[in-house]
Amino acid sequence: MRRILFACFIMLGITAQAQTGYQVGDLTTDFNLKNVDGRKVSLANYAAAKGYIVVFTCNTCPVAKAYQDRVEALNKEFAPKGYPVIAINTNDPVASPGDSFEKMQERAKEKSFSYAYLEDPDHIYTKKFGATKTPHTFVLQKTAKGNEVAYIGAIDNDQQEENESREVYVKNAVNSLLNGKKPSVTTTKAVGCSIKWKKQSTTK
Amino acid sequence: MKKYIVIFFLLFVFFETKAQVKLLTLKELDARVAKGKDTTYVVNFWATWCGPCVEELPNFEKLQKDSMAKPIKVLLVSLDFKSKLQSQVIPFVSKNKLQSEVFVINEPDQQAFIEKVDKKWSGAIPATLFVNKDKNKRAFFEKEFTYQELITTLENLK
Repeated sequence: MRRILFACFIMLGITAQAQTGYQVGDLTTDFNLKNVDGRKVSLANYAAAKGYIVVFTCNTCPVAKAYQDRVEALNKEFAPKGYPVIAINTNDPVASPGDSFEKMQERAKEKSFSYAYLEDPDHIYTKKFGATKTPHTFVLQKTAKGNEVAYIGAIDNDQQEENESREVYVKNAVNSLLNGKKPSVTTTKAVGCSIKWKKQSTTK
Repeated sequence: MKKYIVIFFLLFVFFETKAQVKLLTLKELDARVAKGKDTTYVVNFWATWCGPCVEELPNFEKLQKDSMAKPIKVLLVSLDFKSKLQSQVIPFVSKNKLQSEVFVINEPDQQAFIEKVDKKWSGAIPATLFVNKDKNKRAFFEKEFTYQELITTLENLK
Protein backbone atom coordinates (compact mmCIF):
# COMPACT_ATOMS: atom_id res chain seq x y z
CA MET A 1 0.00 0.00 0.00
CA ARG A 2 2.75 2.40 0.98
CA ARG A 3 4.47 1.62 -2.28
CA ILE A 4 1.35 2.46 -4.22
CA LEU A 5 0.97 5.74 -2.35
CA PHE A 6 4.58 6.51 -3.02
CA ALA A 7 4.11 5.76 -6.71
CA CYS A 8 1.08 8.05 -6.74
CA PHE A 9 3.14 10.84 -5.25
CA ILE A 10 5.81 10.37 -7.88
CA MET A 11 3.19 10.41 -10.63
CA LEU A 12 1.69 13.57 -9.16
CA GLY A 13 5.14 15.08 -9.16
CA ILE A 14 5.57 14.20 -12.82
CA THR A 15 2.22 15.69 -13.84
CA ALA A 16 2.84 18.80 -11.79
CA GLN A 17 6.20 19.21 -13.45
CA ALA A 18 4.70 18.68 -16.89
CA GLN A 19 2.23 21.46 -16.32
CA THR A 20 4.68 24.15 -15.33
CA GLY A 21 5.47 26.75 -17.92
CA TYR A 22 3.24 29.08 -19.85
CA GLN A 23 -0.11 28.23 -21.36
CA VAL A 24 -1.78 30.12 -24.18
CA GLY A 25 -3.15 33.37 -22.77
CA ASP A 26 -0.47 33.73 -20.08
CA LEU A 27 1.69 36.84 -19.86
CA THR A 28 5.40 36.15 -20.10
CA THR A 29 8.30 37.59 -18.24
CA ASP A 30 11.00 39.49 -20.12
CA PHE A 31 14.58 38.25 -20.17
CA ASN A 32 18.03 39.69 -20.61
CA LEU A 33 20.22 37.06 -22.22
CA LYS A 34 23.53 37.12 -24.05
CA ASN A 35 23.32 37.01 -27.83
CA VAL A 36 25.97 35.43 -30.09
CA ASP A 37 27.28 38.98 -30.78
CA GLY A 38 28.03 39.37 -27.08
CA ARG A 39 25.25 41.89 -26.44
CA LYS A 40 22.38 41.29 -24.05
CA VAL A 41 18.93 41.01 -25.59
CA SER A 42 15.53 41.60 -24.00
CA LEU A 43 12.05 41.56 -25.50
CA ALA A 44 11.83 45.24 -24.52
CA ASN A 45 14.73 46.03 -26.89
CA TYR A 46 12.40 45.55 -29.84
CA ALA A 47 10.51 48.79 -29.43
CA ALA A 48 8.68 48.53 -32.75
CA ALA A 49 7.69 44.88 -32.31
CA LYS A 50 4.03 43.87 -32.28
CA GLY A 51 5.03 40.52 -30.90
CA TYR A 52 7.72 37.87 -31.00
CA ILE A 53 8.44 34.41 -32.33
CA VAL A 54 10.46 32.81 -29.52
CA VAL A 55 12.07 29.55 -30.64
CA PHE A 56 13.67 27.31 -28.03
CA THR A 57 16.27 25.42 -29.99
CA CYS A 58 19.88 24.26 -30.01
CA ASN A 59 22.83 23.49 -32.25
CA THR A 60 22.84 19.74 -32.00
CA CYS A 61 19.33 18.33 -32.32
CA PRO A 62 18.62 16.89 -35.79
CA VAL A 63 15.05 18.16 -35.65
CA ALA A 64 16.17 21.67 -34.65
CA LYS A 65 18.76 21.60 -37.43
CA ALA A 66 16.13 20.55 -39.95
CA TYR A 67 14.19 23.68 -38.99
CA GLN A 68 17.13 26.10 -39.04
CA ASP A 69 16.41 27.46 -42.50
CA ARG A 70 12.70 27.69 -41.80
CA VAL A 71 13.38 29.71 -38.64
CA GLU A 72 15.55 32.03 -40.69
CA ALA A 73 12.75 32.36 -43.27
CA LEU A 74 10.27 33.20 -40.50
CA ASN A 75 12.49 36.04 -39.34
CA LYS A 76 13.00 37.34 -42.87
CA GLU A 77 9.27 37.35 -43.46
CA PHE A 78 7.95 38.54 -40.12
CA ALA A 79 10.62 40.74 -38.52
CA PRO A 80 9.78 43.57 -40.96
CA LYS A 81 6.10 43.10 -40.11
CA GLY A 82 6.76 43.38 -36.37
CA TYR A 83 7.27 39.77 -35.32
CA PRO A 84 11.01 39.12 -35.01
CA VAL A 85 12.40 35.66 -34.23
CA ILE A 86 14.35 35.29 -31.00
CA ALA A 87 16.05 31.92 -30.64
CA ILE A 88 17.12 30.63 -27.24
CA ASN A 89 19.51 27.72 -26.81
CA THR A 90 18.05 25.42 -24.16
CA ASN A 91 21.00 23.15 -23.64
CA ASP A 92 23.69 23.04 -20.99
CA PRO A 93 27.16 23.27 -22.58
CA VAL A 94 28.60 20.68 -20.20
CA ALA A 95 25.84 18.16 -20.83
CA SER A 96 26.05 18.90 -24.56
CA PRO A 97 29.42 20.34 -25.64
CA GLY A 98 28.12 21.00 -29.16
CA ASP A 99 25.84 23.63 -27.63
CA SER A 100 28.51 25.83 -26.04
CA PHE A 101 28.39 29.58 -26.56
CA GLU A 102 31.34 29.37 -29.00
CA LYS A 103 29.54 26.70 -31.00
CA MET A 104 26.42 28.87 -31.06
CA GLN A 105 28.52 31.73 -32.44
CA GLU A 106 30.00 29.44 -35.08
CA ARG A 107 26.58 28.24 -36.19
CA ALA A 108 25.12 31.75 -36.31
CA LYS A 109 28.03 32.90 -38.44
CA GLU A 110 28.06 29.88 -40.72
CA LYS A 111 24.30 30.12 -41.38
CA SER A 112 24.24 33.96 -41.22
CA PHE A 113 21.38 34.06 -38.73
CA SER A 114 19.50 37.32 -39.12
CA TYR A 115 17.93 36.90 -35.66
CA ALA A 116 19.19 36.86 -32.09
CA TYR A 117 20.44 33.50 -30.82
CA LEU A 118 20.67 33.65 -27.04
CA GLU A 119 22.19 31.43 -24.39
CA ASP A 120 20.10 30.51 -21.35
CA PRO A 121 22.47 29.57 -18.54
CA ASP A 122 20.85 27.34 -15.93
CA HIS A 123 17.79 26.96 -18.19
CA ILE A 124 16.00 29.78 -16.35
CA TYR A 125 13.78 30.87 -19.25
CA THR A 126 13.56 27.42 -20.80
CA LYS A 127 11.92 26.36 -17.53
CA LYS A 128 9.86 29.54 -17.12
CA PHE A 129 8.35 29.18 -20.57
CA GLY A 130 8.01 25.44 -20.15
CA ALA A 131 9.94 24.41 -23.24
CA THR A 132 10.38 20.65 -23.09
CA LYS A 133 12.16 19.92 -26.34
CA THR A 134 13.89 21.47 -29.30
CA PRO A 135 12.55 23.06 -31.34
CA HIS A 136 9.66 24.42 -29.26
CA THR A 137 8.07 27.67 -30.41
CA PHE A 138 6.12 30.34 -28.52
CA VAL A 139 4.42 33.14 -30.42
CA LEU A 140 3.89 36.16 -28.18
CA GLN A 141 1.67 39.14 -28.84
CA LYS A 142 2.47 42.52 -27.35
CA THR A 143 -0.66 43.77 -25.60
CA ALA A 144 -1.46 46.58 -23.18
CA LYS A 145 -1.19 44.03 -20.36
CA GLY A 146 2.16 42.66 -21.50
CA ASN A 147 3.49 39.96 -23.78
CA GLU A 148 0.76 37.37 -24.12
CA VAL A 149 1.32 33.80 -25.32
CA ALA A 150 -0.76 33.28 -28.48
CA TYR A 151 0.62 29.98 -29.76
CA ILE A 152 2.76 27.13 -28.40
CA GLY A 153 4.14 24.21 -30.35
CA ALA A 154 5.63 23.18 -33.65
CA ILE A 155 6.67 25.43 -36.54
CA ASP A 156 4.75 23.22 -38.97
CA ASN A 157 3.58 19.62 -39.18
CA ASP A 158 6.14 18.60 -41.78
CA GLN A 159 9.53 18.12 -40.15
CA GLN A 160 11.06 16.38 -43.14
CA GLU A 161 9.65 18.76 -45.74
CA GLU A 162 7.96 16.04 -47.73
CA ASN A 163 4.35 17.15 -47.62
CA GLU A 164 3.36 19.96 -49.97
CA SER A 165 0.11 20.53 -48.11
CA ARG A 166 1.86 21.08 -44.79
CA GLU A 167 0.22 23.23 -42.16
CA VAL A 168 2.49 26.13 -41.28
CA TYR A 169 1.29 26.69 -37.73
CA VAL A 170 3.60 29.53 -36.69
CA LYS A 171 3.17 31.40 -39.95
CA ASN A 172 -0.61 31.06 -39.73
CA ALA A 173 -0.64 32.15 -36.10
CA VAL A 174 1.42 35.28 -36.79
CA ASN A 175 -0.62 36.14 -39.87
CA SER A 176 -3.82 35.87 -37.82
CA LEU A 177 -2.38 38.17 -35.17
CA LEU A 178 -1.27 40.64 -37.83
CA ASN A 179 -4.84 40.62 -39.12
CA GLY A 180 -6.13 41.39 -35.65
CA LYS A 181 -7.46 37.87 -35.09
CA LYS A 182 -6.69 35.10 -32.63
CA PRO A 183 -4.87 32.12 -34.18
CA SER A 184 -7.23 29.28 -35.05
CA VAL A 185 -4.69 26.69 -33.89
CA THR A 186 -3.08 27.65 -30.60
CA THR A 187 -1.22 24.52 -29.50
CA THR A 188 0.36 21.67 -31.43
CA LYS A 189 2.58 18.73 -30.67
CA ALA A 190 5.74 17.53 -32.33
CA VAL A 191 8.63 15.19 -31.77
CA GLY A 192 11.77 16.98 -30.70
CA CYS A 193 14.99 16.40 -28.80
CA SER A 194 14.82 16.38 -25.05
CA ILE A 195 16.58 19.28 -23.37
CA LYS A 196 20.10 18.57 -22.19
CA TRP A 197 19.71 19.68 -18.59
CA LYS A 198 22.58 20.76 -16.42
CA LYS A 199 23.64 17.96 -14.08
CA GLN A 200 22.70 18.62 -10.46
CA SER A 201 25.80 19.36 -8.41
CA THR A 202 24.87 16.54 -6.03
CA THR A 203 25.33 13.97 -8.76
CA LYS A 204 28.78 15.16 -9.74
CA MET B 1 22.88 -25.37 -61.73
CA LYS B 2 21.79 -21.96 -62.92
CA LYS B 3 18.44 -22.59 -61.25
CA TYR B 4 20.12 -23.21 -57.92
CA ILE B 5 22.12 -20.07 -58.19
CA VAL B 6 18.94 -18.13 -58.85
CA ILE B 7 17.21 -19.77 -55.86
CA PHE B 8 20.21 -19.15 -53.68
CA PHE B 9 20.28 -15.55 -54.80
CA LEU B 10 16.56 -15.11 -54.12
CA LEU B 11 16.92 -16.65 -50.66
CA PHE B 12 19.84 -14.38 -50.01
CA VAL B 13 17.86 -11.32 -51.05
CA PHE B 14 14.94 -12.52 -48.94
CA PHE B 15 16.99 -12.88 -45.78
CA GLU B 16 18.84 -9.69 -46.45
CA THR B 17 15.63 -7.69 -46.74
CA LYS B 18 14.24 -9.43 -43.70
CA ALA B 19 17.14 -8.18 -41.64
CA GLN B 20 16.51 -4.64 -42.82
CA VAL B 21 14.60 -1.94 -41.04
CA LYS B 22 11.28 -1.18 -42.67
CA LEU B 23 9.25 1.98 -42.90
CA LEU B 24 5.97 1.74 -41.03
CA THR B 25 2.80 3.83 -41.03
CA LEU B 26 0.56 3.93 -37.97
CA LYS B 27 -1.98 1.86 -39.88
CA GLU B 28 0.67 -0.74 -40.57
CA LEU B 29 1.65 -0.71 -36.91
CA ASP B 30 -1.97 -1.36 -35.92
CA ALA B 31 -2.11 -4.20 -38.45
CA ARG B 32 1.18 -5.62 -37.17
CA VAL B 33 -0.29 -5.74 -33.66
CA ALA B 34 -3.73 -6.98 -34.75
CA LYS B 35 -2.43 -9.77 -36.97
CA GLY B 36 0.57 -10.80 -34.89
CA LYS B 37 0.35 -14.09 -33.04
CA ASP B 38 1.61 -12.59 -29.80
CA THR B 39 -0.88 -11.17 -27.33
CA THR B 40 1.18 -8.45 -25.69
CA TYR B 41 3.04 -5.76 -27.61
CA VAL B 42 5.57 -3.34 -26.23
CA VAL B 43 5.98 -0.52 -28.72
CA ASN B 44 8.90 1.73 -27.92
CA PHE B 45 9.23 5.08 -29.70
CA TRP B 46 12.87 6.11 -29.95
CA ALA B 47 15.43 7.70 -32.25
CA THR B 48 19.15 7.24 -32.84
CA TRP B 49 19.68 10.90 -31.85
CA CYS B 50 17.82 10.55 -28.56
CA GLY B 51 20.30 9.86 -25.74
CA PRO B 52 17.90 8.53 -23.10
CA CYS B 53 16.22 6.34 -25.75
CA VAL B 54 19.50 4.75 -26.76
CA GLU B 55 20.31 4.21 -23.09
CA GLU B 56 17.12 2.28 -22.37
CA LEU B 57 17.19 0.16 -25.57
CA PRO B 58 19.12 -2.69 -23.88
CA ASN B 59 16.22 -3.07 -21.41
CA PHE B 60 13.81 -3.62 -24.29
CA GLU B 61 16.26 -5.98 -25.94
CA LYS B 62 16.57 -7.96 -22.73
CA LEU B 63 12.79 -8.07 -22.41
CA GLN B 64 12.49 -9.50 -25.91
CA LYS B 65 15.24 -12.02 -25.27
CA ASP B 66 13.80 -13.15 -21.93
CA SER B 67 10.28 -13.37 -23.34
CA MET B 68 11.07 -15.71 -26.21
CA ALA B 69 8.80 -18.41 -24.75
CA LYS B 70 6.03 -15.91 -23.94
CA PRO B 71 3.54 -14.22 -26.26
CA ILE B 72 5.29 -10.86 -25.84
CA LYS B 73 6.66 -8.86 -28.74
CA VAL B 74 8.86 -5.79 -28.61
CA LEU B 75 8.58 -3.39 -31.55
CA LEU B 76 11.13 -0.58 -31.74
CA VAL B 77 9.65 2.27 -33.75
CA SER B 78 12.24 4.89 -34.61
CA LEU B 79 11.24 8.50 -35.17
CA ASP B 80 14.41 9.23 -37.11
CA PHE B 81 13.82 10.98 -40.40
CA LYS B 82 12.96 8.56 -43.20
CA SER B 83 15.87 9.96 -45.16
CA LYS B 84 18.21 8.67 -42.42
CA LEU B 85 17.04 5.06 -42.75
CA GLN B 86 20.10 3.92 -44.73
CA SER B 87 22.67 6.33 -43.33
CA GLN B 88 21.77 6.26 -39.62
CA VAL B 89 19.17 3.73 -38.53
CA ILE B 90 20.35 0.58 -40.31
CA PRO B 91 24.00 1.10 -39.30
CA PHE B 92 22.86 1.72 -35.72
CA VAL B 93 20.80 -1.48 -35.68
CA SER B 94 23.71 -3.51 -37.09
CA LYS B 95 26.30 -1.97 -34.80
CA ASN B 96 24.22 -2.59 -31.69
CA LYS B 97 23.04 -5.97 -32.99
CA LEU B 98 19.42 -5.18 -32.15
CA GLN B 99 17.34 -8.36 -32.13
CA SER B 100 13.89 -6.83 -31.73
CA GLU B 101 11.86 -5.78 -34.75
CA VAL B 102 12.90 -2.27 -35.75
CA PHE B 103 10.92 0.17 -37.88
CA VAL B 104 11.14 3.79 -38.92
CA ILE B 105 7.88 5.68 -38.73
CA ASN B 106 6.42 6.74 -42.03
CA GLU B 107 3.90 9.43 -41.14
CA PRO B 108 4.07 12.86 -42.76
CA ASP B 109 1.88 14.64 -40.20
CA GLN B 110 3.41 14.34 -36.74
CA GLN B 111 0.70 16.29 -35.05
CA ALA B 112 -1.90 13.76 -36.21
CA PHE B 113 0.36 10.80 -35.55
CA ILE B 114 1.19 11.81 -31.97
CA GLU B 115 -2.47 12.37 -31.14
CA LYS B 116 -3.43 9.01 -32.63
CA VAL B 117 -0.85 7.09 -30.61
CA ASP B 118 -2.02 8.70 -27.38
CA LYS B 119 -3.84 11.91 -26.53
CA LYS B 120 -1.59 12.64 -23.57
CA TRP B 121 1.68 12.23 -25.48
CA SER B 122 3.51 15.57 -25.88
CA GLY B 123 5.73 14.11 -28.56
CA ALA B 124 8.74 13.75 -26.28
CA ILE B 125 10.70 10.52 -26.52
CA PRO B 126 11.37 7.97 -25.20
CA ALA B 127 7.75 6.91 -24.99
CA THR B 128 6.32 3.42 -24.83
CA LEU B 129 2.95 1.92 -25.62
CA PHE B 130 1.88 -1.40 -24.06
CA VAL B 131 -0.95 -3.32 -25.67
CA ASN B 132 -2.55 -6.49 -24.34
CA LYS B 133 -4.80 -7.75 -27.12
CA ASP B 134 -6.46 -10.47 -25.03
CA LYS B 135 -7.46 -8.14 -22.23
CA ASN B 136 -8.04 -5.24 -24.57
CA LYS B 137 -5.80 -3.12 -22.36
CA ARG B 138 -3.55 -0.27 -23.40
CA ALA B 139 -1.09 1.78 -21.42
CA PHE B 140 1.07 4.64 -22.59
CA PHE B 141 4.06 6.25 -20.88
CA GLU B 142 6.21 9.20 -21.83
CA LYS B 143 9.25 8.16 -19.81
CA GLU B 144 12.30 5.94 -19.64
CA PHE B 145 12.01 2.36 -18.46
CA THR B 146 14.32 0.20 -16.43
CA TYR B 147 14.05 -3.54 -17.03
CA GLN B 148 12.22 -3.98 -13.74
CA GLU B 149 9.73 -1.25 -14.62
CA LEU B 150 9.00 -2.99 -17.91
CA ILE B 151 8.26 -6.24 -16.06
CA THR B 152 6.06 -4.45 -13.50
CA THR B 153 4.13 -2.61 -16.21
CA LEU B 154 3.54 -5.88 -18.06
CA GLU B 155 2.32 -7.49 -14.83
CA ASN B 156 -0.15 -4.65 -14.33
CA LEU B 157 -1.41 -5.10 -17.85
CA LYS B 158 -2.40 -8.71 -17.25
